[in-house]
Amino acid sequence: MRLKLLFRNVFRHKLRAFLTIVGICVAILAFGMLRTVISAWYAGVNASSSSRLITRNATSLIFPLPISYLEKIRGVNGVREVSYSNWFGGIYIDAKNFFVNFAVEPRSYFDLYPEFVLPEAQATAFFRDRKACVAGQKLAKRFGWSVGDTITLKGTIYPGNWDFVLQGIYHGKNAATDENQFFFHWSYLNESLKKNDPRRADQVGVYIIDLKHPDMAANVSEAVDALFRNSYAETLTETEKAFQMSFVSMTEAILTVIQIVSCVIIAIIMAVVANTMAMSVRERMGEFAVFKTLGFGGGYLSMLILGESMALSGIGGILGIALTFPAARAFAEAVGQFFPIFHVSLDTIFMDIGAAMAVGAVAAMIPMWRVIHIRIADGLGRTG
Amino acid sequence: MNVIEITDIVKSYRRGSQRIRVLEHISLTIANGEFLSLMGPSGSGKSTLLNLIAGLDQADSGSIRIGGTEISTLSETGLAAWRAGRVGFIFQFYNLIPVLTAYENIELPLMLTSLSKKARHAHVITALSLVSLQDRMDHYPRQLSGGQQQRVAIARAVVTDPTILVADEPTGDLDRQSAEDVLELMDQLCTQLGKTSVMVTHDPRAASRAHTLKYLEKGVLSDAPQAAVSECLQT
Ligand SMILES: Nc1ncnc2c1ncn2[C@@H]1O[C@H](COP(=O)(O)OP(=O)(O)O)[C@@H](O)[C@H]1O
Ligand SMILES: [Mg+2]
Repeated sequence: MRLKLLFRNVFRHKLRAFLTIVGICVAILAFGMLRTVISAWYAGVNASSSSRLITRNATSLIFPLPISYLEKIRGVNGVREVSYSNWFGGIYIDAKNFFVNFAVEPRSYFDLYPEFVLPEAQATAFFRDRKACVAGQKLAKRFGWSVGDTITLKGTIYPGNWDFVLQGIYHGKNAATDENQFFFHWSYLNESLKKNDPRRADQVGVYIIDLKHPDMAANVSEAVDALFRNSYAETLTETEKAFQMSFVSMTEAILTVIQIVSCVIIAIIMAVVANTMAMSVRERMGEFAVFKTLGFGGGYLSMLILGESMALSGIGGILGIALTFPAARAFAEAVGQFFPIFHVSLDTIFMDIGAAMAVGAVAAMIPMWRVIHIRIADGLGRTG
Repeated sequence: MNVIEITDIVKSYRRGSQRIRVLEHISLTIANGEFLSLMGPSGSGKSTLLNLIAGLDQADSGSIRIGGTEISTLSETGLAAWRAGRVGFIFQFYNLIPVLTAYENIELPLMLTSLSKKARHAHVITALSLVSLQDRMDHYPRQLSGGQQQRVAIARAVVTDPTILVADEPTGDLDRQSAEDVLELMDQLCTQLGKTSVMVTHDPRAASRAHTLKYLEKGVLSDAPQAAVSECLQT
C-alpha cells in the first residue's frame, strides 16, 4: 500500500510528472555525454601503461632523436625492450579524413603494445613486407579498406605520395584501445629519406621503453636522461601516462569548463525538481494533516515524500542513462576522428546514478522538513 | 461510567503578541455510549474543544481523561499512537485521500496496526457493509457523491474500533437527504455499537439527533438553551 500510495502520488499530475521526468532525463543525458567527452579526452591517459616510458627530445617534441640512441637505451638496467616511432602526419585523400599515422619498428612496437591485437598470419605478413601497413578496425571500416588494398598517404612532414599495402587490421584488446590508428615500417620511411633528404634520415620521434617492472620507472628515466646529458640532443623520459597527460593539459581549461557545465546542469535540474516537489507537497498539506490526524508520524510522511522524489529522479535518470548509449554512438560516428575512444564508461554510469540520486534527495529536503513540522490544526484548515 | 472527563481546561492562542483565550475553565463529562452535540456560534471555540478531546492539540491547563488515559501529559508521538487506536475522525469535507480507493481509504488507519492483510480485509469489509458501500469499494473519492464520501469517512473512522468518535460539522457540506443518512449512521454507531460520539454542528436538525446538547459561547460551556434549539427546529 505504501508503494501504491507513493507511485499514485508521483503520477497524480500526469503532465507535471511527465515534464519533470523529461527534464531529469535530458539533464542526466547531457551530464552523461559531457562526462563521456571528458573521459574521451583522457582516453590516451587512461589507456597508457604504467610499465612504459616515452623518451623524447628534451627541447620539444617536434625535434627528433638520433637512431643511434637505441642500443644505448637498450643497455640501461631495467629496460626489457625498446621501440620507436615517428609521427608521420600523412593525409588520406583529403585533410578532413584525419587519422593518426606512425612510422614504427613493427616487431618491437607490437611487442610493446599488446593491446593492439593482430592475427598471427597478418602480423607475419606485416613484418615481412617493407611497404606494408596495418590499420585499426574502426579506421578500416571507416574507409572500407580490406587486407591487400593499396593505400596512398600524402605526406605533410615528409613530402610526396607514399603507397602502402594493407597487410593487417588490428583490433583492440578492450574498449579503451584506440582502433583508429595506422602504422607502417619506419625503415621504409628512413630508406626514402636517405635517398631524397639524407639530412632527415636516421632519426626517430620518440623511443618507447618497456620496463622489466613498473617500479623501476623513476630509476630508468633518470638513467636514460643521464646518458644523453650534455649531448646535442638531450632527452626527456617520462611515463606514458605523463606523456599523454601533457597533451591533455594543453586543453585543461576547456575540460574544466565542461566539468563545471556538467555540474551546473545537475544543480539546475535539482532546483527544478525541488520546485516540483515543493509545489506538489504544498498542495497536499491538508492530506498530510489528515495522515497525521490518523496517527501517521512525520517520519512516515517524509519517507513517502523522499520516495516520491527518488522515484521521479530514478525514472528520469534511468531513461537518461538508457538514451546516453545511442546518443554517444551517434556522437562517435559524427566526430569519431577527434575522439578515437568515445564510449560510455562504467564510471560515467555510476556518476549518472549518483547525480540522479542526489537530485532526488536534495529536492525532497525542504518538503520533508515542512511535512514533519506542519501542525495538524493548520494543515486541516479551520472550517467555521 | 464516564469515558470522557474534562476538568477545568483553559486554551488560548497566540496572535502576534496577544494571547486570546478561547476556552475558559471548561469541565465536561461524557458517558459511555453517549452522543453529544456541541453547538454555538462561529468562532466560539467548538473546534478547539473538539481538537483537545481528540488529542490533536494540547490545552494550556486542566485535565483531559479519556477511557482512563490522561492525554494532556502525552508527548506528540504518544498522542499520535493514542489517536490511532482510540479516536475516529469525521470531518466536514470528508478528507479522503484522493489517490486511494474507498477500500484503501478505509484500510489506511489499519496500516498503523500489526494486523495481517487478511485481518485488515475482514475489518474493511465489515466497515464497508456498515455504511452500505460494498459495491463502491473500488471507486475513488472523486467518483463518489458527497454523502457517499462521508459514509466512507465514517467507515474509516470506525474501522479501528475506536473508543470515541469526533465529528466536526459532518453534515455541513451535505444535502438534506445525505445529512439524514449520515446522522442515522452516527446514531446507530452510538446505540448499537456503543461508541461515544462528540459532534460539533451548526445545524439544529443535526443537533437534535444527539442524546445531549451543549452550548458553547465566548469560551463558556452551558446546557443548550432549549428555546434556541426548538426555535431553530421549527424553521
Ligand atoms: N490555530 C489557531 N491559531 C490562532 N487562533 C485560532 C486557531 N484556531 C482557532 N483560533 C481562534 O480561536 C477561536 C475559536 O476557533 P474555533 O475553535 O475554530 O471556533 P468554532 O469551531 O467554534 O467556529 C477563533 O477566534 C479562532 O480564530
Ligand atoms: Mg469549527
